[in-house]
Amino acid sequence: MGLFKDEDTGRTVLDDGIAGIEHNFLTARVEDLVNWSRARSLWPATFGLACCAIEMMATGAGHYDMARYGMEVFRASPRQADLMIVAGRVSQKMAPVLRTIYDQMMEPKWVISMGVCASSGGMFNNYAIVQGVDQVVPVDVYAPGCPPGPETLLHAIFTLHDSIENGELLRRRAENGGGAGIEVAQRDGQTAVAIG
Amino acid sequence: MSDTETPEEEPVEAASPVEELLHDAPVTTSFGQTVLHTDVEGYADLLARLHAAGFAQVIDLCGVDYLGTDRTDLPASIQPERFEIVVNLINHAERSRIRVRAQVADDVDVPSLFDLYPGTEAMEREAFDMFGIAFIDHPDMSRILMPETWNGYPLRKDYDIGRIPVQFKGAPGQR
Amino acid sequence: MTIAEDAPTTDAPDTGFVGDASRVMSRDNAVLRLSEAEAGALSLDPEDELGESKMIINMGPSHPSTHGVLRLMLEMEGETVLRSKPIIGYLHTGMEKTGEQLTYLQGCTNVTRMDYASPLFTELAFSLAVENLLEMEIPERATWIRMMMTELNRMASHLLFMATNGMDLGAVSMMIYGWREREPLLRFFEKVTGLRMNHNYIRPGGVAADLPDGWQEDLIEYLDAVEPRLEEYDILMTGQPIWRERLQGVGVINEAECLALGATGPILRSAGSSWDLRRDMPYLAYDEVDFDVIVGSYGDSFDRYAIRLNEIRESMRIVRQCIEKMPSGDYRAQNKKVTPPPRARIDESMEALIHHFKIFTEGFKVPVGESYAAVESPRGELGVYIVSDGSSTPVRMHVRAPSFVNLQTLPHLMENGLLADAVAVISSVDPIMGEVDR
Repeated sequence: MGLFKDEDTGRTVLDDGIAGIEHNFLTARVEDLVNWSRARSLWPATFGLACCAIEMMATGAGHYDMARYGMEVFRASPRQADLMIVAGRVSQKMAPVLRTIYDQMMEPKWVISMGVCASSGGMFNNYAIVQGVDQVVPVDVYAPGCPPGPETLLHAIFTLHDSIENGELLRRRAENGGGAGIEVAQRDGQTAVAIG
Repeated sequence: MSDTETPEEEPVEAASPVEELLHDAPVTTSFGQTVLHTDVEGYADLLARLHAAGFAQVIDLCGVDYLGTDRTDLPASIQPERFEIVVNLINHAERSRIRVRAQVADDVDVPSLFDLYPGTEAMEREAFDMFGIAFIDHPDMSRILMPETWNGYPLRKDYDIGRIPVQFKGAPGQR
Repeated sequence: MTIAEDAPTTDAPDTGFVGDASRVMSRDNAVLRLSEAEAGALSLDPEDELGESKMIINMGPSHPSTHGVLRLMLEMEGETVLRSKPIIGYLHTGMEKTGEQLTYLQGCTNVTRMDYASPLFTELAFSLAVENLLEMEIPERATWIRMMMTELNRMASHLLFMATNGMDLGAVSMMIYGWREREPLLRFFEKVTGLRMNHNYIRPGGVAADLPDGWQEDLIEYLDAVEPRLEEYDILMTGQPIWRERLQGVGVINEAECLALGATGPILRSAGSSWDLRRDMPYLAYDEVDFDVIVGSYGDSFDRYAIRLNEIRESMRIVRQCIEKMPSGDYRAQNKKVTPPPRARIDESMEALIHHFKIFTEGFKVPVGESYAAVESPRGELGVYIVSDGSSTPVRMHVRAPSFVNLQTLPHLMENGLLADAVAVISSVDPIMGEVDR
């Protein structure tokens, strides 16, 4: 322990050398640190499909500014992204593409289903739309609304941050044997076809 | 609103028992809009005449399925069929619109308008995709909106909408 | 300067169209006539019949600059795009089928979700078609509210174009600026209609609600703020050498080709054709307001950009006139058959309650017939074709989506251009995939 006088400022400063480190330590579990850092820099993949994509862009733009949460980098390549925001209705033709992109993302990865169309098919309960994107990929947070406003999306993102930090998702995934282990069972609406 | 919707329409006499002809096709007026009627045989010729008469742009082409619907608005000389091809055209010089309704029976192919109006390419593919009306001599007669392996033609009246009943379940099980 | 030429206001357009359409009439060269399977086989086979230097690459449907879920199959020779084929349908929602199940009053809820950058236009076209079938008169105030709201929506849509066009070409700051101007507009929409998008505001019979108190002040404040910012856009982009270099002479099309392909809107106007439904086939009260039709002369991407930028200015002119001339009166037709009773009456009168219930559960009946109504959306002619059998739901509800037709120009615009320019071309066509696939 030693006190030194700083020549430039004239102040007396404390310099303990390596021994001083013990006063500046923060102890934590590695898992908490990892979760904390994961939650603070989620990079979303651009997966704008329909109306909700416009609101997703609005969330990224100046007024709502997703950069405040370390999320402004919308990655075009799924391999660089942690979060897939499914913004809009998923058609039968798009569902395989969506699944491919999800599979290309690195673990750990999360999915936000944005809007009622992605969550449940919404008002389009017909032959063309997959009735809920959770039939194709596992969803962590659902954002309601048609379209959800930027506030709703931000709330969904906060909810996801909380879940990531609490490790809830990892625990649940451990019970289920992995997050991506969801069967792709499409209800493709063709059951009631009567071709004439 | 009818006056503001189809302004500067060519004045066409109201439909009377004696059939009016315009561009050699029976003509009716539907809510202030001029409609020409034809069948598959006269379809290509009529469009060629319209093209020559200055209708430079096909603005829209779509199919309609009249299965189970009574038809009352056709001229007497036109035999109603199940399907209809509806073509909307614009004459830019006269600032007028005209509509052609061609009757198409089930399983009858229609001549493609690609050589006259190449802009109908996507629209004809859509009509094929949605109604199964095939167009002869179309450069690429394939599905446009639905996946290529899809069965059936969604907009036909006998194609179910594919609604999945919504049921509210209790607490979710696994996942 | 290629922009802001006053269009002839009274003379009929020339009948002789500029240019030669033979390029787009060709059956083989312009568009790639390969199915997905064939293309896949070709690109896998090293000794393919296209020759060693050509290859087929796939762009989309998840690509940052394809505006949603457009997919393109490009035949490349080095960096040059030879032939290309847009593959669409990745957002096919079955709206035309769903529209056959919904009553005419519910129909707007459905169609508004097609063109999500300018939802009010689809509502307007649908309402006009239904009103034409009903042979209804709309109060003057409703007409002017519709006109003002759609012009504001045109501004919002073009601002979105400015933002995405900038982003696609690497001017990312433009994206932030475009959104900055769009945001107060969306907030105004929220104030009037209750939602930022997908408003369901324009309905058969008028509009859903009257304008809120203080709307004039809100709008005038907004318009005054936006005007100098558009000048900033001019400094930032219009006059900037990099921007011009990137857009001028890229994706050229002539008038005859546009007409042959059915293209409308800014694409047609960029080729020198002064055709705007607002002036040439006026609907609403466009014959009572003063505005110019912006026409380009080279038919390239820069003209399309400049036309849209100046259409924002023209829309602002129209909105200012609407604020001045907004008539008083009712915001919807008092037609017992179509419009529900006022909310206050429902509490007092049993008949009004039954009436209200019947209109919203059964809907109103529409006379037998068919009608087509068209409006000039930010992307071109947006038409709605409705066939009615006299019941409360349509037999057929077809939407003529401008983006769907305009997309056919892509292979011709990209032909023999560079791959990097393909991004500029897609952006300048400004397709909205919700409307393309419906």
